[in-house]
Amino acid sequence: MKTEEVIIVQGNEACVRGTLAAGCRFFAGYPITPASEIAELMSLRLPKVQGTFMQMEDEIASISAIIGATWGGLKSCTATSGPGFSLMQEGIGYAVVTETPCVIINVMRGGPSTGQPTLSAQQDVMQAKHGSHGDYEIIALCPSSVQECFELTVKAFNLAEKFRVPVTILSDEIVGHTREKLIVPAEVDVRERQHPKGPPDQYLPYAADSSGLLDGMPTFGQGYNLLIDGQLHYEDGNRAGHDPIASGKLMKRLCRKITRHAEELVDVDCAYLDDAETVVLAYGSVARSALSATKMARAAGLKVGFIKLKIIWPFPDEFIKDAIKNAHTIIVPEMNIGRIVHEMERLTHDGQQIRSASKLGGNIHTPQEILAEIKN
Amino acid sequence: MHPIAEKYLRKSALPMIFCPGCGHGTVLNAFLRAVDDLGIIDDLSLVGGIGCSSWAPVFVNTDVLHTLHGRALAVATGLKLAQPRRHVVVFTGDGDCIGIGGNHFMHAARRNIDLTVILLDNNIYGMTGGQVSPSTPMQATTQTSPHGNPDPPMDASTVAIACGATYVARWTSAHPLGIKKAVKQAITHKGFSLVHTLSQCPTQAGRYIHGTPRADDLLEYYKAKAVTRKKARKLAEDELSERIVIGTLHQSDQRPELCESIAAMHTSLKG
Repeated sequence: MKTEEVIIVQGNEACVRGTLAAGCRFFAGYPITPASEIAELMSLRLPKVQGTFMQMEDEIASISAIIGATWGGLKSCTATSGPGFSLMQEGIGYAVVTETPCVIINVMRGGPSTGQPTLSAQQDVMQAKHGSHGDYEIIALCPSSVQECFELTVKAFNLAEKFRVPVTILSDEIVGHTREKLIVPAEVDVRERQHPKGPPDQYLPYAADSSGLLDGMPTFGQGYNLLIDGQLHYEDGNRAGHDPIASGKLMKRLCRKITRHAEELVDVDCAYLDDAETVVLAYGSVARSALSATKMARAAGLKVGFIKLKIIWPFPDEFIKDAIKNAHTIIVPEMNIGRIVHEMERLTHDGQQIRSASKLGGNIHTPQEILAEIKN
Repeated sequence: MHPIAEKYLRKSALPMIFCPGCGHGTVLNAFLRAVDDLGIIDDLSLVGGIGCSSWAPVFVNTDVLHTLHGRALAVATGLKLAQPRRHVVVFTGDGDCIGIGGNHFMHAARRNIDLTVILLDNNIYGMTGGQVSPSTPMQATTQTSPHGNPDPPMDASTVAIACGATYVARWTSAHPLGIKKAVKQAITHKGFSLVHTLSQCPTQAGRYIHGTPRADDLLEYYKAKAVTRKKARKLAEDELSERIVIGTLHQSDQRPELCESIAAMHTSLKG
């Protein structure tokens, strides 16, 4: 009988513990700063629970192997940073089109290119949405603490199973390498792989229900004679790339199965919003400074509210629009050139001012810096 | 329909995309007869990359992953490790396997993971219209070597052996019985197995490189070029370089197989 554990670990380790708690039994990865600890800990712990760890020859092999392992019946995962995430994009697109559940942890670092291997950044937020070619939608979650690394990783696996989609964890070097308290619960809510309900000989792998979701996730070797293809396909898996009607229909379903569930997927923490005139909206490690700044502002008598995004994609449009409706200023501190601020611009009305508090170079915003932005 | 076709083909995927006279159909035929002899269809997963070669699995009625260009071996590695008791056979081509897929090919051989790779080598990128490939002969004229190929070719079998493959056989589509025998040996063999099949592309390589669009001419060409290992030993180096050595090129049971090594690790960590 498991009991609750309270430990002090770094975010990367919390991701590993979340992965194992979620039932992941296959990891394929490649060393890269600042994510290597995830591979190292997986190599140590996965075999102890009869899971398989593979250090592959590169990140392309890693994303490919986890896709193969998923169709072999295992929950699977990889971890990387910017350069590896770039290499994985084609594979992520393949997972999207074949509706292969898997989890990709990107511990973000300064880019572009080799960039800043040991310094944190939030520069990959748009890449998480648009990194692969073609039109598609994915889910991306964003932890700001060690506890959230654990919880959101578990959630990522659950969402991947339900939505049959690759889910990205957008961690960052600061969150990944910060050591703080983690409460590992005795029980974790895990969505087990669900086998299709219908008989194998009548099963259509890509026939969806009215919400666009598929009937379970089959495994090879169960008599389904599955045809899993990266080309756009008919419901039976056969190629349909030459067929504009069928191709358009599939693309629409793949996108809508995510966007139409945006409300269900909302994962946002709010504080001090009731009478807020200014709202600070942040995500990841920056959210920690942003919350401190908000509290400092409130102590100084300023009507400031705080919003922390734990899901970035699909962007929680309706929720955010409603949350900020009474504010006149929205400040978005980010460790990038200003990305989520443009999502906010879509959602604000004429009376509202949006300000980007972008900080480049790898130093996290201090609460004082954000407070200065609030007071400006 | 022929009983083998009736039993093993995925009817909903027909007609096949292969050109009339393509050697890939012969290789697929030989493969299915091998599968039939072994009786393993219920324990068989197939993986293909991208290219004419990689379409072969699509037409087989079993669990199939049609993956990305060059990545079939990496996907197959994950699939095999998740279900080590199932036979996993990979269909790939010269571009898919030793071009873009070269890195994964080297490492799969190095790991000696129990996969069977059927490499359909037609010395060209056929699907995209006939561009030069890593196995196209020097001086050959192709869509991307209109002035003659300045780039020397590579032999996949040699690379596989050097990297640690423990069963390597080479045949041509003019030797379907040899292919069938090799496929049976490859699937039965516990370790990384390569069945390197030269397979004619009448449409691209035939027309551009060999000066003929006729499959029968190309099959005669293969028959003339092919030489067994025994006979090859008696040939001078310059004559040998013009020939295709066929038969079992390498076989070993001295290297550990990856799934077995991992299983042993799991056993030692149990409890």
